[in-house]
Parts: sequence; structure tokens; C-alpha cells
Amino acid sequence: MTETPALRLQGVVKRFGALTAVDHLDLEVPEGVCLGLLGPNGAGKSTTMKMLTGQAIADEGTIEVLGFPVPAKSKQARGLMGVVPQADNLDEELTCAENLLIWATLQPIARKQRPQAVADALALAALTDRAHSKVGTLSGGMKRRLLIARGLVHNPRVVLLDEPTVGLDPQVRADIWVIIDRLRNEGVTVLMSTHYIEEAERLADDIAIMSHGRIIARGAPQQLLDTHVGTHALEFYGPPERLTEVEAIAEGMPTRRTGPSVSILRAESIPEAMHERLGAGTKRVANLEDVFVLLTGEVLE
Amino acid sequence: MIDVHAYAGILTREAIMFRRLWVSTTFASIVEPTIYLLAFGLGLGALISNINGYSYIEFVGTGSVATAVLFSSVFTGMFTTYVRRVYQKTYDGLLSTPVDVSEIMTAEGLWIAAKAGVYGCAPLLVAMCFGLPPSWGMLAVPFIGFLTGLGFGFFGQWLSGLVPSIDSFNYVTSALITPLFLVAGTFFPLTQLPQWAQTIAQINPLYHCVELVRHAVFGWEGWADVWNVAVLIMFVIIARYLSIRRLRKRLIG
Repeated sequence: MTETPALRLQGVVKRFGALTAVDHLDLEVPEGVCLGLLGPNGAGKSTTMKMLTGQAIADEGTIEVLGFPVPAKSKQARGLMGVVPQADNLDEELTCAENLLIWATLQPIARKQRPQAVADALALAALTDRAHSKVGTLSGGMKRRLLIARGLVHNPRVVLLDEPTVGLDPQVRADIWVIIDRLRNEGVTVLMSTHYIEEAERLADDIAIMSHGRIIARGAPQQLLDTHVGTHALEFYGPPERLTEVEAIAEGMPTRRTGPSVSILRAESIPEAMHERLGAGTKRVANLEDVFVLLTGEVLE
Repeated sequence: MIDVHAYAGILTREAIMFRRLWVSTTFASIVEPTIYLLAFGLGLGALISNINGYSYIEFVGTGSVATAVLFSSVFTGMFTTYVRRVYQKTYDGLLSTPVDVSEIMTAEGLWIAAKAGVYGCAPLLVAMCFGLPPSWGMLAVPFIGFLTGLGFGFFGQWLSGLVPSIDSFNYVTSALITPLFLVAGTFFPLTQLPQWAQTIAQINPLYHCVELVRHAVFGWEGWADVWNVAVLIMFVIIARYLSIRRLRKRLIG
């Protein structure tokens, strides 16, 4: 028996005039998996998120959330989904508790259970002592935590996080990661778009690399490394002529040029003779950025 | 089927927002029409003995109800909806929960209408202080204000979805809203206007609101009032349809 995936997109296309934002996208996310959707700005990540909530309508293809076809049954799907948008759209004049209460009322939560749901969400965001503070008085990190708690107030089965830590300082980012980790441990399905390599590597069970509206690679972080770039890279710095020379010597090996450096990927399999011709380079551990740049030719933050 | 959660959620939000902001909201919606009433009623009223058998304060006191209803509904529909959509991204958030565009706009329209029904009574109370005799029919005024406010609330929402920028509301206010409230029999009888203007007034929902309020206060006029109510109901239906259609286009990509 095939288990219904939490999220399923098949042949999804979304165009905005002449621009194809999402181009024949096929994506499945099984229940309980945290999938990182990794890609640069404009890759189609946010549009994909919006199509999953029915806030953008696909021109072609089919979308299902927990078995509900979207947009036809998007209301039912949204009742089981928590959405954390990229932009802060909290009500600044209201308190943290009031913001959460409104969301609890919008979701299918029984009236008697709403105060507890609000209290739980405040605790999750570590904002219990700021329950009655106006949102306008909170720091950026607190607002972000509240925004996430708002999306989780009804204990959703699926959570969509659109760039959850964009623009935040490292400490706040770490706080947010703790919340996302907790969701993973509780078996919640998470689809998280990000353009931070470290975030995807640290949090996602599975990573889908998105470029120009398509998924170009998919797998667990280690699996992506093994498949595309191996364990190590050999990095060379120098003027453009030197980098060109290195690329010529390493012909046949996967290489990646970024600014003043060129990296030869799969360094562990460079033949000894090629090593001698290349000269001294800096050996480093391969990372997902290598995978991304190799596959897309684009650079991530 | 009506989704109670959706309406309850939107109305809860409105109620909580109102609890925080009621002073500024109420001040703007009540004070301006009251100033019009005092300026015209007391100032111009000293020069005019009566209009169509009413003292001028009676005439303008009942007419100002429509002005209060219009101001409190159409401007809220226009500006609040625009700001929530474009600047605050409130609707993007709401639409990620189990509510749809029609529920948001309808619930917000109902809230606007409820406020308009209450605010519309303020000029009437002021006019009573200056000699407007109380009557049982006045109890119908909040309902007339509600119905008219519902239509103009939806109308304002629709306008908010049409304009390319918030500055465009200047054109809307000058070219549409101001003529609407001047050609409604608020401050002077329509019989003073050319025939073409009187004809246009017949399709002005505010005129029908003014007529209903005057008849509620001074005596109902049977089928004429049934017609006035029917026009307002048609206005509500058309404005709601336009609002939802336009904002769905704006909000759903």
C-alpha cells in the first residue's frame, strides 16, 4: 500500500506573464519529513509555498496537501497546515496574546481550548512573560518567534516556513532553529524554503535544490554530497590566468569557480599525476554550496 | 454553508482592534458630520425658516445621518482595506488560515456596517439637543445606517482594489464621494437641482438612505420606503460582488 504523502506537486507550472516562476515542478514530501527547499531568490520557492496554500493558482499540474486537492479543497488543507510567511504581518497595535488568540479563533480550535493553545504558543516562542506586550515593542527576533508560534497555534500536521531566519542575527537564528528542531522531533511535516546552506544542512532531513522553477537535485544532505561532489574539495586562489590554468589541468574533474578561487570537487579522487601538476592547494570539506554551484552555476549566500 | 470559524476569527480581530483604536476611529467618524451639522444647521439655519415643511435643523439633522454613515463606511472600506492589503500584508496572513477572500470581505463589511449604524446616530442625537423632536421611528435609524454602511463598506473595499496607489484616493474622494453626498438631499432638497441631477440622485444609494432616515423620523411613506430599502439591498449585493471579485483578483495570484 502506498502512503499518501503530506505534500504532492505534479507537473506544476506557474507563469507571471512571460516569466515562468515554477516550471513543471514535481515534488513529494512524506509525512514527518523536514524538507529544505534550497535556492536563490527568484528560484520559485515562495511561489511554490503560495500555491500550496491556494494563494497562487497553478497554470498547470496538480497539488495535494494531506490528500486534499488544492485549490479545490484548500480551506480544509489550510486547517491542517501552519504557515509562517517571510514578511512579518503581525498586528503591531495588538499584544502577543491577542495576535495568537485571533489565529486560534480562525483555526478549528474549540473555544474552551483556545486559551491553552495561546499559552502553549507563547511558551513555544519563549514569550510568556511578554504575553501582554504590544507587538510593536518587541525586538525583531521576538517578532519572528511570535510569527512562528502563530503559525503553530493549532498544532498543524504540516508546516510551511518561508525563509524562517532571513535577515536575523546568528543568536536569533539559533533560537528559531531550536523551534524547528522541536517540530521535527514531534514528527510534524515541514517544508522550509531557505537560501542559507547552513540552515538547510542543519535542519533538513531531505533537501531539494531549486533553480529557475525546477527541482534539479533531491536527497539527504550527505547523499547530495556523495552523489555530486564527494567528501573534499581542493581550493586554489590566484589571478584569473592561474585559475584558468588550474581548470585546464583539472579537465574532466568537477570544478567550481567563485570570485578569486577555483575548487576542484571530489578531491579525494584526483589522480596523483594531476595533483603534482596542480601544485599546492587548500584541502577543505565539501559542502552543499559546492553541490548547488556545480549544478546551477549560481551562488548562494 | 457559512463557516462560523472564519467569520468569528475575522470579527474577533476587528473587535480586538476596535478596543485598542476606538477613540481615534470614533472621533473621526462622529466629529466631522457633527461639525457639518452644527455649521449648516445653526449657521445656515438662522437664515432659512424651513425646507419642505421642516425646520432647517430638522432637515439637516436627519440628512447628516447619511453623511456620518457614508464617511464611516466608505473611507474605512477604502483606506483600511488598502493598507491591510498593500502595507500590512494582513490578508496574506489571513488567507493562509482556513478563510477565503469572500469571508474576509464580508466579515469586514459587516463590522464596518455595525459601526456605521452606531455612528450614524450621533448627528441625530446632536440635532435632538437643538430641537429635533424624538420619535419611535428613530429606532430604525441604526438599521438604516447598517444597511447603507454595508453597501458603502463593500463599495470602499472595491475601490481599494481598483486604485494603483493610495494617493489615487484623492481623485476618488473629489470626483466620486463628494458629489455622492452633495447630490443626496443632505443639506438642501434635490428639487433645487436641475432635472438631470435629480435623475442621477435616484441611483445614488445615499439619497435613499437620506429619504429613509427622514421618513423614519417624520413618518413612513409606504411603498416609497419599500423602494428605498430595495435600492439599498441591491446596492449591497452589487457592491459585495464587485468587492470580492476585485480583491480575489488582487490577492490570489
